[in-house]
Amino acid sequence: MVIPVVQPNIGELVERKTKSGLLSSRRQRSDVLWGMFFIAPQVLGLLAFSLIPVVYAFILSVMQWDGLGTREFVGLENFREQFAESDFREALIHTVIYTVIAVPGGVTLSLLMALAVNQVKGKTFYRTIFFLPTITSSVAVSMVWLWMLNGDFGLINVFLREQFSLDPPNWLVNTTWVIPAVALVAIWAGLGFNMVIFLAGLQGIPATYLEAAQIDGASKWRQFWNITLPLLSPTTFFVTIISIIGSFQVFDMVYVMTGGGPGNASTTMVFHIYELAFVNFTFGLSAAAAVVLFAIIMVATLFQFWGQRRWVNYDI
Amino acid sequence: MATTPSSIDQKPTSSTGGVWIRKHLGEGFLHLVLILGAATMIIPFLWLVSTSLKDYSQVFNLPPNWIPDPVMWSNYPDSFNALPFARAYWNSFYIAAIVVTSQLLTCSMAGYAFARINFPFRETIFILFLATLMIPHQITIIPTYLIMRDLGWLDTHLALIVPPALFSAFGVFLMRQFIKSLPEELEESAILDGANRWRIYWQIIVPLIKAPLAALAIFSFLAQWNNFFNPNIFLSTPEKFTIPVLLNQFRGLYVTDWTLLMAAATIAVIPLLVIYLIGQRYIIEGVALTGLKR
Repeated sequence: MVIPVVQPNIGELVERKTKSGLLSSRRQRSDVLWGMFFIAPQVLGLLAFSLIPVVYAFILSVMQWDGLGTREFVGLENFREQFAESDFREALIHTVIYTVIAVPGGVTLSLLMALAVNQVKGKTFYRTIFFLPTITSSVAVSMVWLWMLNGDFGLINVFLREQFSLDPPNWLVNTTWVIPAVALVAIWAGLGFNMVIFLAGLQGIPATYLEAAQIDGASKWRQFWNITLPLLSPTTFFVTIISIIGSFQVFDMVYVMTGGGPGNASTTMVFHIYELAFVNFTFGLSAAAAVVLFAIIMVATLFQFWGQRRWVNYDI
Repeated sequence: MATTPSSIDQKPTSSTGGVWIRKHLGEGFLHLVLILGAATMIIPFLWLVSTSLKDYSQVFNLPPNWIPDPVMWSNYPDSFNALPFARAYWNSFYIAAIVVTSQLLTCSMAGYAFARINFPFRETIFILFLATLMIPHQITIIPTYLIMRDLGWLDTHLALIVPPALFSAFGVFLMRQFIKSLPEELEESAILDGANRWRIYWQIIVPLIKAPLAALAIFSFLAQWNNFFNPNIFLSTPEKFTIPVLLNQFRGLYVTDWTLLMAAATIAVIPLLVIYLIGQRYIIEGVALTGLKR
């Protein structure tokens, strides 16, 4: 889900030429065969389970098909129908609201926790606990939170009522609160993973930079704002990108915790795509919705790569 | 000591004692924040176990009691026997094991070829692999479902094993990067001795990439074990279910039977939790190394 930038290295290519020049031409010929042998399994997989399916998806998106009868070419009708339909638009809106809550919240919280963990003793202890949900099945996480967020007897509402005398909503069956509630669970579940990535990034910052700033009398806050944060920006960029991609693909928690409900108040893009394909068996419509999702993720990712010049610093 | 002139420009109030207090106050505050955070992470798990051991009548106590009284150990066998959990464990385990083994072999083979062997269109094919990293899973799932149907693989484990076993663009990328970073001298004498590519790969390269292989294994095992989307689409017979799908079915059957639901969820997460607590350092560092979530 991440796009590593590959830059062909001229020096490397030249060097390779001269080196292979030392080898016999028989060796080179056999290398071609060896090379093909070594990549064969993965190339087969690439074709069968990625490239062909993607092409197939684009073809399906301009077809009307229930999966059994004949396929009928309908041009861009599926796309028109999707955008005209309120189900699709609502799924898109829900996904955007979810992303707007889950991504900034998740990235900020995990960064703060990583900064804190990085400064204290007992790093391993905290890291182990924060990482727990990452290894836990999303279905199990969803079930626990289904119970935690239960309106009458869930721990969250009991706590809010007793400690703060609030009158909390019944989160997962309330049209207003269902998406924020799912987003909060997602933040909880993803915190440890992001934190671990941030910790790895923090360890890559040379201690000498901070020491120099300290000697110059820079306050903790200045050190953080002018040194740590800029030098950490490649990691922040990475975490933000994968968080956005991941949040546009949210499915498991919605499926298990709310089933898209109440009504369709928590249907998301992938949930909608899933229903179109595997509940309604309208494969053409579903493929069209998936193509739109693909385009959205692509544009969002490219936009960030374009925007990164302004704030990401690769100067270490 | 306080009068010693120094180049560090200290504010008058921050004597060394003040710094000491401030530092420890600061660290104490950080610990407080982190303990609150850690509690937020751990409480749902404790609540899960607590509920799983309660008698059904106690679930709705207000205020809730944390320690179950009586302790209903029988919830566990009741849940375990209600659906074929033992079978689901085995299914999840053997599917993940085959996929991981196959990925380790095929990804490192391809990674070696992309890093070291010259063949036509090498860079083009590699860029194709990288490009697929950007493709969301959902766009390929409908065609893949139709392909599996045409192959007659729906409701079989082949649909879950073969695609990830043969294709991991991320694994290929990871392996290629690591192998590329190894010094080429290590292979040169073997090449001059006339060793063939397989021997070089197997006897020289593989022993040198054990750490990234372990990281890929951990990452891939977690992804397979916890995958819900694909098995939920491909499988329909409960005996063939993996743990997450079976757990979801359980939820559908015992809608508000919280004690049994929580016992089932605990049963589902315990094996991986135990492995995690034993090897947490390697698992976390492996995941940080691969740096990707799927």
